[in-house]
Amino acid sequence: MINVEILIVGGGPAGLCAANAAADLGASVLICERDEIPGGQLVKQTHKFFGSRKQYAGDRGIAIGDFLLDEVINDPKIEVMPDTTVIGIYEDGLVLAERSEEIIKINPRKIIIATGAAEKFLTFPGNDLPGIYGAGAVQTLMNVAGVIPGERVLMVGAGNIGLIVSYQLAQAGVETAAVIEGAPTIGGYLVHASKIQRLGIPVRTGYTIKEAYGDGKVEGAVICRLDAAWNMIEGSEEDIKCDTICLAVGLTPLTELCWQAGCEMAFIRELSGHVPLIDKYLQTTNPKIYVAGDVSGVEEASSAMVEGRLAGYSAACSLGYGLDTAPSLQAGAMAELDELRAGPMSDRIRQGVEKVEKMVTKGGV
Amino acid sequence: MRIEQHPILEFDRKEKITFFFNGQEMEGYASETIVAALHAAGVKELGKSPELHRPRGLFCAIGNCSSCLMVVDGQPNVRACVVKIKPGMQVELQSGKGDLK
Repeated sequence: MINVEILIVGGGPAGLCAANAAADLGASVLICERDEIPGGQLVKQTHKFFGSRKQYAGDRGIAIGDFLLDEVINDPKIEVMPDTTVIGIYEDGLVLAERSEEIIKINPRKIIIATGAAEKFLTFPGNDLPGIYGAGAVQTLMNVAGVIPGERVLMVGAGNIGLIVSYQLAQAGVETAAVIEGAPTIGGYLVHASKIQRLGIPVRTGYTIKEAYGDGKVEGAVICRLDAAWNMIEGSEEDIKCDTICLAVGLTPLTELCWQAGCEMAFIRELSGHVPLIDKYLQTTNPKIYVAGDVSGVEEASSAMVEGRLAGYSAACSLGYGLDTAPSLQAGAMAELDELRAGPMSDRIRQGVEKVEKMVTKGGV
Repeated sequence: MRIEQHPILEFDRKEKITFFFNGQEMEGYASETIVAALHAAGVKELGKSPELHRPRGLFCAIGNCSSCLMVVDGQPNVRACVVKIKPGMQVELQSGKGDLK
């Protein structure tokens, strides 16, 4: 049995920042990370981040992952357990984790769940053919393994991820036949869209994928136009030859552990799925458990890092650490989150966060 | 296919090793996962679905989705997207749910 003050589940941007924040206030921290190296999905983000300097804007995701990891590794208050998957949180707060087929028991005083999100899928005939990937998988193959997924790609989704990954495919020498987007407008930042349009990649709004075909693997796709009510327009079908279809249709929070731990949950469309109800300190309805990052609503790595710090301060403070300094640090992090969510691109997130707040004041947390 | 030149990234692939795919000898690098090494060799089909025996490939690449389950050294349901190749490793297509020995 491992006794620890704060257990952090997930060593991505949220988890690493949570660990640093909690350790800064004096708490001892254990991070369980299922991958062999912490950093989460930052390891494949070759693009430069936006936001302000506090969230490392101007640096590439991969570099941010390295900074965060350096801080964690050099902090004697923080232990990192890689290759370790947390598989259960029991009613009495006991946590089970699996490492190299061995079960470890952990007895934490507080838990910060920072498990991130999983990619969404899309329904169409042939969607299970080899050669159809989530956008994150394409990034992992290209930017971590250095292996290209194919020669010619159809990108489905013109949000930031679809646009960024199309650009990264070009950097890896892979052709993108088209980026299609069901909505009438491009969802991502125009700066990303312009970059790929300058490369000659068409971004076609109001289009969806009707089917994928091929003998044992993707050989092409049929796309078609959508009307204003998102119905397929008959007769508008077009054949696109490609060996790869990349689905960039969003992510959904990975909340299994929150459910297991009895946190009160709610389906919030704007936050991309079921999320735990939380107060402004990121505490769930289970007083032992805090959350940070995409698990409480799919957003950006920059907000995940700030949420991580906030959850880290809150959890440490609840154990009596930094009672004099924590309130101003927490307020600072909350102000940063407000700032990150201030723009028109964050309308959805703000609406989602407000919904959660309303549910909580009604008697949630 | 492997990326040899990239404007931002360098890949430290470590040493070349040999493993087996359905009994056939293949080469990969010690830093690579099973799916990365197979993709580099052009292999995209990793198994067959349990009911309709449709081909299965990689989908999420980070151990979430179970689309890439393969038989590795006789053990079924290994997530080929997160397990690295080792010298002499026997990797096989998995049909359905696999059998426990």
